[in-house]
Amino acid sequence: MSAQTSEAIVAITAEAATPGFAAGLLRRLRSDPLGLLGLSLVLLVVFCALTAPWIEPYNPFKIRVLERFSPPSLVHVFGTDNLGRDVFSRVIAGSQIALGVGVSSIAIALVLGLILGLCAGYGPRWLDNFLLLIFDSLYSFPTVMLGLTVVTLFGPSLETLMSVVITIQTPGYARLIRTATLATKHSEYILAIRSLGSSPWRVLLIHILPNIIGPILIIASMDIPSVITLEAGLTYLGMGIPPPAASWGRILQDGFDSIRDAPWIVIAGGIPLILTTLGFTFLGEALRDLLDPKLRRVV
Amino acid sequence: MLTYTLQRIALAILICLTSMGLLFTALHAIPGDPASIMLGSRATPEMRQRLNHELGLDKPILIQFATQVANIAQGDFGTDIFSKRSVGTEIMESLPKTLILIGTGLGWAVLIAIPLGCYSALKRGTWIDRLTGILSVGTISIPSFVVAIYALLLFSVQLGLFPVIGAGDDGDIRDQLWHLVLPSFAVGLGWVGYLARIVRASMLEVMNENHIRTARAFGLPEGKIVLHYALRIAILPTVTLLGLAIGGLLSSAVFAENIFARPGIGKLIVDAADVRNYPVVQGAVLSTVALFAFAMPVSDLIVAWLDPRVRANF
Amino acid sequence: MAAAVQPVLETTANVLEVRDLSVQFRTPKGPVMALRKVSVAVPRGSIVGLVGESGSGKSTLALAVMRLMPANATITEGSLRFAGRELLTLPALEMQRLRGDRLSMVFQDPMTSLNPVRSVGMQMVDIQYRDRQMSQADKRRRAADMLRRVGIPDSEHQLDRHPHQFSGGMRQRIAIAMGILEKPELLIADEPTTALDVTLEAQIVQLLRDLRRELNGSILFISHNLGIIAELCDYVVVLYAGEVVEQGPIEDIFHSPRHPYTRALLECDPARIEEVCRELPTISGDVPNLLRIPSGCVFAPRCPQAVDVCRQERPADHEAGAGHIARCHLLRGGANG
Repeated sequence: MSAQTSEAIVAITAEAATPGFAAGLLRRLRSDPLGLLGLSLVLLVVFCALTAPWIEPYNPFKIRVLERFSPPSLVHVFGTDNLGRDVFSRVIAGSQIALGVGVSSIAIALVLGLILGLCAGYGPRWLDNFLLLIFDSLYSFPTVMLGLTVVTLFGPSLETLMSVVITIQTPGYARLIRTATLATKHSEYILAIRSLGSSPWRVLLIHILPNIIGPILIIASMDIPSVITLEAGLTYLGMGIPPPAASWGRILQDGFDSIRDAPWIVIAGGIPLILTTLGFTFLGEALRDLLDPKLRRVV
Repeated sequence: MLTYTLQRIALAILICLTSMGLLFTALHAIPGDPASIMLGSRATPEMRQRLNHELGLDKPILIQFATQVANIAQGDFGTDIFSKRSVGTEIMESLPKTLILIGTGLGWAVLIAIPLGCYSALKRGTWIDRLTGILSVGTISIPSFVVAIYALLLFSVQLGLFPVIGAGDDGDIRDQLWHLVLPSFAVGLGWVGYLARIVRASMLEVMNENHIRTARAFGLPEGKIVLHYALRIAILPTVTLLGLAIGGLLSSAVFAENIFARPGIGKLIVDAADVRNYPVVQGAVLSTVALFAFAMPVSDLIVAWLDPRVRANF
Repeated sequence: MAAAVQPVLETTANVLEVRDLSVQFRTPKGPVMALRKVSVAVPRGSIVGLVGESGSGKSTLALAVMRLMPANATITEGSLRFAGRELLTLPALEMQRLRGDRLSMVFQDPMTSLNPVRSVGMQMVDIQYRDRQMSQADKRRRAADMLRRVGIPDSEHQLDRHPHQFSGGMRQRIAIAMGILEKPELLIADEPTTALDVTLEAQIVQLLRDLRRELNGSILFISHNLGIIAELCDYVVVLYAGEVVEQGPIEDIFHSPRHPYTRALLECDPARIEEVCRELPTISGDVPNLLRIPSGCVFAPRCPQAVDVCRQERPADHEAGAGHIARCHLLRGGANG
């Protein structure tokens, strides 16, 4: 998460508190063609993820050795892979994994970040410094390398992968919550409420949280493409979700070995990644431009 | 100035130590002893015991950590479980190769991004500017390993223009450069767009400042104003960013080295992770953490060197 | 309507002749005529003061002469002659060559007018790029000499320092040094002392006076401070809401101002108030909104002597003495104002 994004959130917080925020956002989005494109792509992926079992033409795990390496045709839209599985179905199944892992890891990271951020913001100074040091240190690990290390220790599995993602994402969210907490901790409004007898936790939950939840959710959703990329990347290296799960990274890995003779497999594996990341990025850009007038000026 | 530098270095060292601590905690937090983890399920009790003793894992925790820190400070990262070579040696063999890769990748990205960003700022609103903007956003988001695989597919496999694997023959610079083209392209592509946008935004801001108008009032040629007066200032945020870029670049290098089968720390770590060769993984990760942790103060110092206003704050 | 009166001394060698210049700005709220048929002449070797409130168009005029106006400004009519050449039809490259060489400008805010990352010496050497024969060392020497001339001690060493290492007053001196380095025929000084305190102001004014003798160039001095103008200038041009309402030799303007606005300005100048009074006199009303310029005389809404014709017809320029012109209906027919 960039510093720019952190600044954006502070600016957004004020705007988000106004009613009709979401409706106004959608209205303004309509005039941005790239944003609309992004939204369509995102909806497409979400649709696939939600309806995967029903829209898959074939069972993504069914091995048909006789039909291995069939090029794309009307029967198999993306062809078949080294085990004769229908690649198109695997791509659709992959969307479930991508979005599932993406959304759930980020959700857990948000909750963890919330707790840690609150501790850092409200807690004693030493705790704050300690947590900040941990965050900075985690940040110093190149993402993929951290992932590889964790997988080495704990073995490749879905849980390991999600732990990696959570470990990487939490510090960023924690910092945001910490900043918001620190900012409001000393505000007069909060002091007034506290002087009326409210405990800090109550203050936080009832007064601060509702205001920042909206913008934070938007910011977090912009992290989905990088999480999906990380999952696919680690799985491609063999360090992510183990087979036979049809992760897009797995499709890429399976296809890479036969890249000369059956290039359609890697092409098919890359397309959903490109579409998903482009979709979320265009959408995120459009939303960010709409929400932060400061950035709008320079663009 | 000196105190500031020392402070940043101290912080970098602290981060390295904390990272070691985190890894250490992770290693000991998992159920089972570290030796079992490293040896996997094939381990016999004797192997386990021997490794445990080798790694000093039968001593109290704090002593273990202290020993490890002391060792690492002297460059001793332990021994590769499989090859029995010193991990430190293996890292020193691979790290420079990776640095060449990310250096080249970032290099071409910067060489293209700066003129592109400049041009977009000066000719704002033209179709080139708009097109660059869209392409920038597009290339930023596409995963680097997808770019690498597609590039390999198109240029190596289908068109046969570039070699598929390896880093080229030793001593043959031309061959090595040829092998470097596609991987560095994959590593750098995401950065071109990003850097171009930053340069564009900076240039737009600087060109509107009063001192540029003064320069024009003194009749300085527009070319000189853009290059020596405006760009010189607009580039400063980019330099800071380059320091932060090292982390992402190292991650991209992991994929590029694997896809193109190039030697380097990325290949080293993936191969080691594959067989759960933990000392190598740990050594490689810690070296990259150190690299990253020190890259940031270095880029800040470069900015201070370039910008006399920053220097004055000390 | 009387025949249009030509501006001051137009037949003798004027280094700058602005005639009927009009400048329009495109703003989100609509077009704004920031300057309307402004005519100013700067004779060789003289210092002409341009005085007016904020928003009167003083800086716009300066930037127009330098052809450095922002992108949303256009010159809709008029002529700008510098040393006999028409600037408005000059190719951009020629204009760039003129600037810094024969025509120079010093800006208002010394804090932001100089490049922060380039040393003072380098900036001053850059200006001399036209002298291809001169060596780098010689250019530096010239720069150091000029810095000394404007009162910066130890100038050789100061060349390597950066603007932020100097105080505001010093920076303005540096800017002036840069402005006169190539001995321009005309130096435009846009409120050079506004951002400085009174002591510094006095020093800069003295500096300009000394330099004027030495350099034999002309200065167009822009300010809202009448006192400074009185001390420094030979001629004064009074600008109000984008129009020249009065101009003439300094003594005439200060001792017998003809335009009600000029009179009001002089009355309100705290430095000239001789008796103790409870309230400082002010000019009632506000500067007109340039989006909706009133018909008739632009000053009529605030003028204590306005009559009906003032609100209906735009006044012409009338002579009030040798080289003294005022744009006011009250001077029609040579009447005493």
